[in-house]
Amino acid sequence: MTTRPLVVATQETTSDVKFDKTMEDRIADVLRRYPTTRAALLPVLWLCQERFGWISPGVISAVAERLGESAAFVEGVVSFYTMYYTSPPARYVLQVCTTLSCSVCGGRELVDHLTAKLGIGFGEKTPDGSFQLVGVQCLGACGNAPVIQINDDYYEDLTPKKLDAVLDDLKGRR
Amino acid sequence: MEPVLLRARGVPGSRSIATYLAAGGYEGWKRALGLGPDAVVKEVLDSELRGRGGAGFPTGRKWSFVPKDHPGPRYLVCNADESEPGTFKDREIIEHDPHQVIEGIAIASFAIKANTAYIYIRGEFVRWATILEEAIGEARAKGLLGTNVLGSGFDLDIWVHRGAGAYICGEETALIESLEGKRGFPRLKPPFPAVVGVFGKPTVVNNVETLACVPHIMTRGAAWFASIGRPRNTGPKLFCVSGHVNRPGVYELPLGVTFREIIEEHCGGVRGGRKLKAFFPGGSSAPVMTADEVDVKADFDACAEAQTMLGSGGVIVLDDSVDMVAVADNIAHFYAHESCGQCTPCREGSDWCADILDRMAAGHGRASDPDTLLRICRFSSEGMTICPLGDAYALPLSSMVNKFRAEFERRIADATPLPQKRLPVLPWTGPRPGFGI
Ligand SMILES: Cc1cc2nc3c(=O)[nH]c(=O)nc-3n(C[C@H](O)[C@H](O)[C@H](O)COP(=O)(O)O)c2cc1C
Ligand code: SF4
Ligand code: FES
Repeated sequence: MTTRPLVVATQETTSDVKFDKTMEDRIADVLRRYPTTRAALLPVLWLCQERFGWISPGVISAVAERLGESAAFVEGVVSFYTMYYTSPPARYVLQVCTTLSCSVCGGRELVDHLTAKLGIGFGEKTPDGSFQLVGVQCLGACGNAPVIQINDDYYEDLTPKKLDAVLDDLKGRR
Repeated sequence: MEPVLLRARGVPGSRSIATYLAAGGYEGWKRALGLGPDAVVKEVLDSELRGRGGAGFPTGRKWSFVPKDHPGPRYLVCNADESEPGTFKDREIIEHDPHQVIEGIAIASFAIKANTAYIYIRGEFVRWATILEEAIGEARAKGLLGTNVLGSGFDLDIWVHRGAGAYICGEETALIESLEGKRGFPRLKPPFPAVVGVFGKPTVVNNVETLACVPHIMTRGAAWFASIGRPRNTGPKLFCVSGHVNRPGVYELPLGVTFREIIEEHCGGVRGGRKLKAFFPGGSSAPVMTADEVDVKADFDACAEAQTMLGSGGVIVLDDSVDMVAVADNIAHFYAHESCGQCTPCREGSDWCADILDRMAAGHGRASDPDTLLRICRFSSEGMTICPLGDAYALPLSSMVNKFRAEFERRIADATPLPQKRLPVLPWTGPRPGFGI
């Protein structure tokens, strides 16, 4: 498995967002699936996060305008869900499951290992912008505890040693 | 038991439509199209299939609640949110046999005369959303979905809709709100979704595993399905076993096996030769059971009799090394994080319990804490909230306090009291969910 690094657009490109043709085509493809425009909001936010790396205030305004919603409504939705990044993420976001099965099957040790190795706590990024540590709730893979999701990919049955190998590999790739 | 839902696990190329068709796939869909909607509903009613999403509601009954005279459109929603702690079965089905789910969705949509179906899948399941989209593409290419399916005159589109990280969106009315592009705030019921659901239209929400049972009922008949398990608790069930067992994983067993059989025979017993201390029978929202209750049957009615629930079939096993205060603390944090915040008893109560348990776990418990916890929990259950999440945190927490009270009290006896009158805010010492980034 090769986890792709997140593409994080700069502050400038995400402050005044215009959707290009490709993006407009993808939005149109989403819109035809639903009887209302509003229902396309979550999928369109996903498209934006894929494109810009995070949901900046500029993205919120652009999405609101495109779907005919107020920016406040869109922001309210964005803030309700945990997976939309409202600030630029690191290239690799380490989402460590902290729920019961993982927690009693080595998850706590994994967190201790990560904080010691990377020198960061939950919600923090390494200074070089490679890694970010996030505590998340049950990832739905509890039989293979402990589990970490890195960007879109699941890494299961982890030990500190296996995780080290994964991180070293990711760090090597830019 | 011969595998039914997991028969494709381990078969090379099991995800492709060619493999699925070669094993008799989509025969149920063809049979359903020949029978007509009412006969399909009757067959599912007769099978006594009950929902695998958590509540165990009879599936055929749910389908029959859709008003017959409604001008439409109607919608079917497949619930693939799989966010109940301890549950990882829907992912297993999708990973090995996505067409089984697509076929089940097709049959269910036909039964309720819905021409559009959505699969609401949790945002984290990127891989499994892609698998489903590929399977839909394959089925469409073979004319099994789309316009005028197999010349029947019935049209069906299935779309995959990704959530974005919120446990509450597994609750069916929150899911509907989320599907409509809003925050996942559960709706007050009634009206039930079968009457007023997504986009204000009649909607049936069914779990992935429930829908995966449907093609088998169509091909092998209601009587065959009902012969597995026992009356009112029929059919195969996926049990997800996690925690301190030798072989955690997803096991397909008839409803009504005992938890002892699941844990000792199928999962190879408790890890490291330790003793069983407790287990959650159906995800962390089900009241906890002690080692003495391990002979209870794992089905809907037996669990209800034992004052717990089968829920999603997520069995979380805990050995005698665990500290119940820490377990309660972990669970309280989960619900405090996931409460949508609409109802005071759930929003404040879950947070308050988490604060008290943090303090207890840090060694500053007070004699009044167990009763305070029980009181908070009582005010958050028994219909005091809009959706069952209020009960989902309150019932397991109070069961832990009640069944392991001695352990809570020992912790309090050893505690160092804090001088403050007000509930102190303590520095956090262990893992804690990061609240977004
Ligand atoms: C807080 C909460 C979370 C839920 N999460 C899920 C879930 O992740 N997946 C699911 O299928 N059902 C979940 N449910 C149950 C659904 O509300 C609904 O009952 C179920 O999808 C119906 O499907 P079924 O009839 O096939 O069981 C949840 C319920 C509650 C109250
Ligand atoms: S019980 Fe909790 S999760 Fe459910 S609606 Fe009320 S506040 Fe939201
Ligand atoms: S508890 Fe970690 S994946 Fe479920």
